[in-house]
Amino acid sequence: MEKMSTLRLIVSIAVMALTTYAIRMLPLTLMKKKITNRFLRSFLYYIPYAVLTAMVFPAILSSTASLISGIVGCAAAVIAALAGLQLLPVALIACGSVYVAELLLRLLS
Amino acid sequence: MRDYQQGLRDGLAIGLGYLSVSFAFGVTAVHAGIPLWAAVLISMTNLTSAGQLAGVSVIAACGSVLEVALTQVVINLRYALMSLSLSQKLDSSVTGPQRYAIAFGNTDEIFAVASSRPKPFTASYFYGLMTLPWVCWSGGTLLGAAADKILPGSILSALGVAIYGMLIAVVLPAAKKSGAVAFVALVAVALSCAFHWLPGLSQVSGGFTIIICGVVAAAVGALLHPVED
Repeated sequence: MEKMSTLRLIVSIAVMALTTYAIRMLPLTLMKKKITNRFLRSFLYYIPYAVLTAMVFPAILSSTASLISGIVGCAAAVIAALAGLQLLPVALIACGSVYVAELLLRLLS
Repeated sequence: MRDYQQGLRDGLAIGLGYLSVSFAFGVTAVHAGIPLWAAVLISMTNLTSAGQLAGVSVIAACGSVLEVALTQVVINLRYALMSLSLSQKLDSSVTGPQRYAIAFGNTDEIFAVASSRPKPFTASYFYGLMTLPWVCWSGGTLLGAAADKILPGSILSALGVAIYGMLIAVVLPAAKKSGAVAFVALVAVALSCAFHWLPGLSQVSGGFTIIICGVVAAAVGALLHPVED
């Protein structure tokens, strides 16, 4: 990665913070009416799931030291989440699987 | 004062949950090349998991300031709806300036707790509710970012997957319950993979990829499976 300047970093963080705050603040202080448009309400309902999923895949595959351990961690998280476990246990199981997978990979190579 | 204490109590569980997520965020941010102080500053000023994670990836990829802002708008758009809902739930004693302070603390979990209150809430209650989550969110980020210098590489590689594991744990239960959510998630996966691997599409920067995939998948879902009233 290119080295980023401190100024650029501070400006980016300020923009992030102000944008996020504006989104939270404007409806709370300005809007008095309820959204009735069905498409818009459906869109807003699906947005978190669509965005979160797009953030996870395929980025999760390159989040660890190797592609194989990334796939193992992803599979473990999916299985744990489908089994109905909460956020923290799912994350810990994914981490544990990655650790074991990379240990095995090192032993085999 | 009693309202504030009640808020503190209600916020404790949220704070404990945030410790682990923000720890993972701290690890991920430093991995991406963000300095420790910047990772902590991001958490102190933003207080949002998905938005921060996306913001960090855009910043690390040297994305433009416009990209940074657009990513936050799209990913955090849901807060607009939550703030809208919260505005109906405020006690009549809440003043205009207090609304500006309350808006800062509106996260998914805090919103969920505040809106599950049987009665309208006061500003003191909401300040109490957001205190511990904010402290834990900032502190957890500091611990995670610092851990990057202390922990061995094998542990860090394993921790790198943590935040994604948590996001999977947010989406999958909802997808299991609702076929429409599962459909939207699958469309998002397909689009995101296409942008990652297809020549031409893979030229599009990470921030815009998330925006495009999220907006298109949610719009397709809203067209084909509009939610009930």
